[in-house]
Formats: sequence, structure tokens, C-alpha cells
Amino acid sequence: MLTVRKNRELHSGMIAPKRKNTGQIIKKDFKKNWFAYLLAIPVIAWFLVFCYGPMWGVLIAFKDFKPLLGFADSQWVGFKHFIEFFEGPYFWRVVKNTLLLNLWGIVFGFTAPILLALMLNEARNSRFKKVVQTITYMPHFISLVVVCGMIHIFTADEGIITQILQFFTGKEYSSLLGYSSMFRPIYTFSGIWQSIGWESIIYLAAMSSIDPALYEAADIDGVGRIKKMWHITLPQISPVIVILFIFAIGGLMASGYEKIILLYNPLTYDTADVIASYVYRRGLREASLSYSTAVGLLSAIINFALLWATNRIAKRNSEVSLW
Amino acid sequence: MKYRKTMGNRMFDIVNYTLLSLLTLACLYPILHIVFASFSDPARLVAHKGLLLKPLGFTLDGYKLIFKDNSLLVGYRNTLIYVGLGTFVNMVMTIMGAFVLSRRDLYFKNAIMIVITITMFFGGGLIPWFLLMKDIGLFNNLWAMILPTALSTWNIIILRTGFQAIPLELEEAATIDGASQARILMYVILPLSKATLAVIFLYYLVGNWNSWFNAMVLLQDRDKFPLQLLMKEILVANDSSATTMGSAGGVVIDSAGSSTAYRELVKYCTIVVSTIPILMVYPFLQKYFVKGVYVGSIKG
Repeated sequence: MLTVRKNRELHSGMIAPKRKNTGQIIKKDFKKNWFAYLLAIPVIAWFLVFCYGPMWGVLIAFKDFKPLLGFADSQWVGFKHFIEFFEGPYFWRVVKNTLLLNLWGIVFGFTAPILLALMLNEARNSRFKKVVQTITYMPHFISLVVVCGMIHIFTADEGIITQILQFFTGKEYSSLLGYSSMFRPIYTFSGIWQSIGWESIIYLAAMSSIDPALYEAADIDGVGRIKKMWHITLPQISPVIVILFIFAIGGLMASGYEKIILLYNPLTYDTADVIASYVYRRGLREASLSYSTAVGLLSAIINFALLWATNRIAKRNSEVSLW
Repeated sequence: MKYRKTMGNRMFDIVNYTLLSLLTLACLYPILHIVFASFSDPARLVAHKGLLLKPLGFTLDGYKLIFKDNSLLVGYRNTLIYVGLGTFVNMVMTIMGAFVLSRRDLYFKNAIMIVITITMFFGGGLIPWFLLMKDIGLFNNLWAMILPTALSTWNIIILRTGFQAIPLELEEAATIDGASQARILMYVILPLSKATLAVIFLYYLVGNWNSWFNAMVLLQDRDKFPLQLLMKEILVANDSSATTMGSAGGVVIDSAGSSTAYRELVKYCTIVVSTIPILMVYPFLQKYFVKGVYVGSIKG
């Protein structure tokens, strides 16, 4: 499904069958591939139930869904819940927070692993490189709950991060998770801590397949190492960067609500509450089922539009696109 | 690459190695801090300020406390069940899906592919999903930890790519020898895809071990809770109505020494106990990472 356009022919393995009666072809196909179709049944069934089932359920966004009445008997209300969300006091807050938190993620979180990969690529001592990689991968395997628990411990009144911050700013802080101005940095930088090593793997792999002749030619011209990074390494891995960037944009509205639920509290709602956490709170904790389904649907639509637009721009400006 | 010992090169190396070392320390230190703290004397730990470079004193009290408490052991048991059963179901289902999509001559292959890829971009959202889980009886049912996460589209595509990398001639040869598709899958395709299988196995394993959200939303009985959900209660207690900022934590464990200092100690110990097993898995599978991640995100 991902295509780097110049390679498209290589990936299509389909050989067009000779034009025969479609019924005959299907019959022959079933006879030959019955085993594959047998295996496909549970897989397709799973997708229908667990992925397409909820899509159908989205219709309750247009109803006043009452669990006791059930889906069929609940009343249709059209766009009532959407309008309620637009006009409600939280609309701008959650949209703004969603966008800002993701902007932070893209500015800092997306670039950090690229920088790490560039640095590792320049490190010649392979033992050192290995140690760095092994250790920076590690946080990826720690569960989100534990990472957030660690954040709670380290940013508590006497926590180590609180103390370091006090040391550098000279101000007194109580628990950092109680300040709404601290939420975005804590969220973003803990995310980098957890994923920088893991996400650098792919860039490093891409770098390892760059033709060494390019560097040799640059060496003959006497080009410095930073210039080589900028003019050879980065352009060579740009298809990978573009693809991952499209994914980052595509996940913009949906991302990270598990972590937000673990880190936010009413004191920080005004910077921490995003669409997804708002849906969770209103929907599951306060049981406004139809309303939060409408909010969720809206964000899914915006999300897909963003993905589509980014993909289109990428397609026009480079050779890389998702479809 | 040629390497000349120029001034510029040396400066570059010094800066580069320094930055990399600092970053590595930053990744490692928080983990070490937790481990050291878990062995420390709780009274001294509470009084201590600043970095911990070794345990303050030595005690196993924290570990004794958490293992005296039954709920954490039950959580451990549940997690092992969910991880074992869940990962098995994951692997079987993913192999089936990948096998189907890797058949080149399947008439309905593209249709199946479309059905599957659409789900990567569209979904129903949390609330419809939750209502469906209730309707099909997964609420407060241990299968809630296994069925909803039985497949990942992404991993199917990774594995399919792995299967497709196997030369077609091998399969043709097996077919001529009279092997059925089932035999080809078992004796040709699977043995030749060990690296990719290892990678998706690792993904599923880590995912199952670390999952908590479905448990929080769908499970009600405490004796069904996985370890991570208990960890959430011990470590992160901020989503409840009684929000106590930051330093708080509704500790479940109510044993002899439930003073504040011991409560802190218990936090450190539970982190260590719940994280060690999964950290021990990864060195064994590390050699497959690069391949798996690369295949997964580029060629997929």
C-alpha cells in the first residue's frame, strides 16, 4: 500500500487472467485456492466485527442514543450533537490543544530521531554505537503506564526533574503536573525519551543503504562532514522522512490519548485536554454517548482530510506518497 | 568512507560523541534511579534530594511487601494468561491473514486487501466500539483482552511482505512434489520467514504485556485486572474524582508498613517487577529489529 512511485511496477505481482466466464474463473479459483479462502474466513470475520462494526455504530452520533431503548428505538436528532459541540465552551480548547500538542510533537518529536540517526551514522566506533543503540531502544519497551508513573514520581514536589528545574530557574515549584504551562513540555519530551532510539532505527537503516560513492566523490571535493550530512545523507533518506511525516500528520487528531489520560488532571485541562481525551471523559465517564460519538466522528473526518491533503502535497512535490 | 585526521574532523567527533553519551545517559539514568530507589532504605530515600548514584542502604522490604499482597500476584497471573493466549491468537490470525494476501493468484485478493486497508484510515471511534463490545458480551469478560486486539493490520502487511520475499520457485517445486497449500505454508513459508515472525511476535508480545486501556474500559472485577491496570492505580491516580496532585497515589497495598515512605518504596519496586520481564525479552530479539522495522515501514 505504500508506494515509492518509481518502483511501482516491481510491486504488482498480479497476472491478469485470460478472459473467461467470470463464474468459471471463480469456481476454478475456489477449487485451487480453497485453503487460502478457508484461512481468510476468520480474518475477514474479525475485520467485519471489530473494525466495521464500530463504523456502523457511528450512526448514534445522529441519534439521542439511550442504552435502555437500544439503537432502533432511540430518536434521530440530525446534527444536534455536532452543533452542541461547536457552540459549547470546550470546542476551541480541545481543538487548540490537539493541534498545539501535535505541533510540538512534529517540531521536536519528529525531528529528534532523525538527529540521533545522523549522529549515530557519523560515529565510527562500532562498539560505542552498539551500546548507544541498545540503551536508547530500552525505554520503548517500558509500558506507558510505567513511563507515566515515572513522570509522576520525577515531577512530584521533591522529584528529581522538579529539583533540576528549580536549580536552573531559581524558582520554587510544587508538583510540575499541576501547572498547565508545563504539560506540553512534559508530554513532548517524555515522548522523545521513550521513542527516540526506536524511531531512529528506520532512518539508520535507510542511511546504511546510501551509495558510498556519493561520499567518496564529496571527499575528493574536500567537503566537510556537516555539509555531507546536509547535502548527501538527508536528501538520500528524504523518501523515508516524507512517508513518516505523512503518517505523523495522519495521526494528528487521534494520537496519544492514553498518555494524556494518565498525565492530565483538572488543573491542567486547559492545556492538556484534547479531542480524544474529551471524548473519553464525556463518553465513558459521563455517559454522553451520542454527543461524544459526534465529537469523535468530527475529529476522524478532520484527520482523514489532513492525511489526504498531506499525501496530495507530498505526491506533487516529491515522488513519495501513500497511495 | 575516507577519514582524515584533520582538526575539523576531530572537533566534530568530540562534539558528536559527547552529545551521544549525554543522550544515552539521559535514557539510562531514570531507569537506574528507579532500580536504586527500589533497594533503598525508605526513610533515607524520603529525606534524600538530588540524583541517586547507588542505593541508599539496602533493603528488600519493598519487594517483600508487594509479594505479600495478593492482588499484584493475581495481576501477574492474569497478565501471563493474556500475554500467552493473546500472543498465540495474534500470531495464528496474522499468519492466516498474511498467507491469504501473499497468494499471487487469488481472484479476490484485491477485494480482501481493500477491506483490510480501509480500516487503517477509518474507524468508528471509542464510543461505538465500546457499545459494540458490550453488545457482543465482551464487557467484563477475559476475552476482552484478547479478541479486540487479535489482529493488527500493520503486522499483517509486514508479514505478507516477508512471505512475498520467498522465491516463487520454492513453492512451485513443492507443488510439483505434490505438496498442498497447507504443507507449503507449514514447511516452506513459515521456516523461511523466521526473522519476520520474530519481529511481529515481539510487537504483539510487548503490546499485550503493556496494554491497559481495554482492561480499564472493559473489565470490572479486580481479579481479572492485568498487571498494568493495577500499576496504574498504584502509580497514577489522577483520573479519579479525588484528584490529589502529583505526589499522591492511591496505593492498593495495605500491609504492615503503609506509611508514606513505604508507599514510595512500593512504587519503585512495582515498576521494577513489572518492567524486568519485558526488558529481558528484547536483547534476544534485538538482531531482528532493523530488518523488521525497515520492512514494515518502507516496503509495506
